[in-house]
Amino acid sequence: MSGRRRIRWVLLLPCAVLLVMVYFFGVSLGRDPSLVPSPLVGRPAPEFSLPELLDSDTTFSRQDVEEGPWMLNVWASWCSGCIVEHEFLMALGRAGAPLYGLNWKDGNADAMEWLQLRGNPYRAIAVDADGRAGIDWGVYGAPETFLIDADGIVRYRHVGPLDGAVFADVFLPVLEGQSQ
Amino acid sequence: MKSLATVLLVLMAASAAAVDTEAPLPTAEQQSLYRKLLEEVRCMVCQNQNLRDSDAPLARDMRRELRRMVEGGASEDDVKQFLLDRYGDFALYRPRLAPNTLLLWAGPGVIVVLALGSIALAIRRRMQMPIPEED
Repeated sequence: MSGRRRIRWVLLLPCAVLLVMVYFFGVSLGRDPSLVPSPLVGRPAPEFSLPELLDSDTTFSRQDVEEGPWMLNVWASWCSGCIVEHEFLMALGRAGAPLYGLNWKDGNADAMEWLQLRGNPYRAIAVDADGRAGIDWGVYGAPETFLIDADGIVRYRHVGPLDGAVFADVFLPVLEGQSQ
Repeated sequence: MKSLATVLLVLMAASAAAVDTEAPLPTAEQQSLYRKLLEEVRCMVCQNQNLRDSDAPLARDMRRELRRMVEGGASEDDVKQFLLDRYGDFALYRPRLAPNTLLLWAGPGVIVVLALGSIALAIRRRMQMPIPEED
């Protein structure tokens, strides 16, 4: 009798394997493969020292960032997603958010014209014309927005246009120093 | 047949063009390391192409950076660590053996062992079955 039981149990095994596979495929279906997790999260923000876009005689480096948590927004004038998020960034800038820009693989004249047309939400903008600093930050597209806490640790990297939902969920608690 | 070979040749030439326009690195070792890395590093924008095949601007930047590193005497591990620190395991087509990649590396082996084991079990059980007597 027990032999018969065992055979029935073995018959269930393929079904179990199938269920596991369906689960993993289901999870993968809902996943966007273009969103690559950043290994920078949990580590100190990379150093940089680059020309300032609007004041080309000065350099803007990580040490120039004011104390406290801050955001680094990677943008370019050729980037369509940057237009999408720009209105939101302008609102953040008006509210006094510690938002800094990294002008990535762009031309200075194009970038300045873009800001003149749409407004400048940034406290300072670093020019990364050849994309070298972008590689240090693991940037693979624009826009990307990094969240750095008061200790200089990268807490989050958002890929794509920033919006109110992500900002309220992830950025705001860190910026207000509520989560540690 | 001949036209097929021509098409193939043209296709192969096109995919090689991204790199072959660059000047070779100073030493043969550096050149072969550089070429090896281009094969194994993923273009983060196009994702299903490696750096050698991709002509995306980011791939060009990364090629330039890898070239600079190899020329400066960086080893294969140095370059891979550089990429891992910035882009994570996803950047390498042959990810390292690490806790989070263990399933990826061991998974196929585990499946083969399970499959062979269940086949062996089934065979053994059948061999233990009484042989039906012939009439």
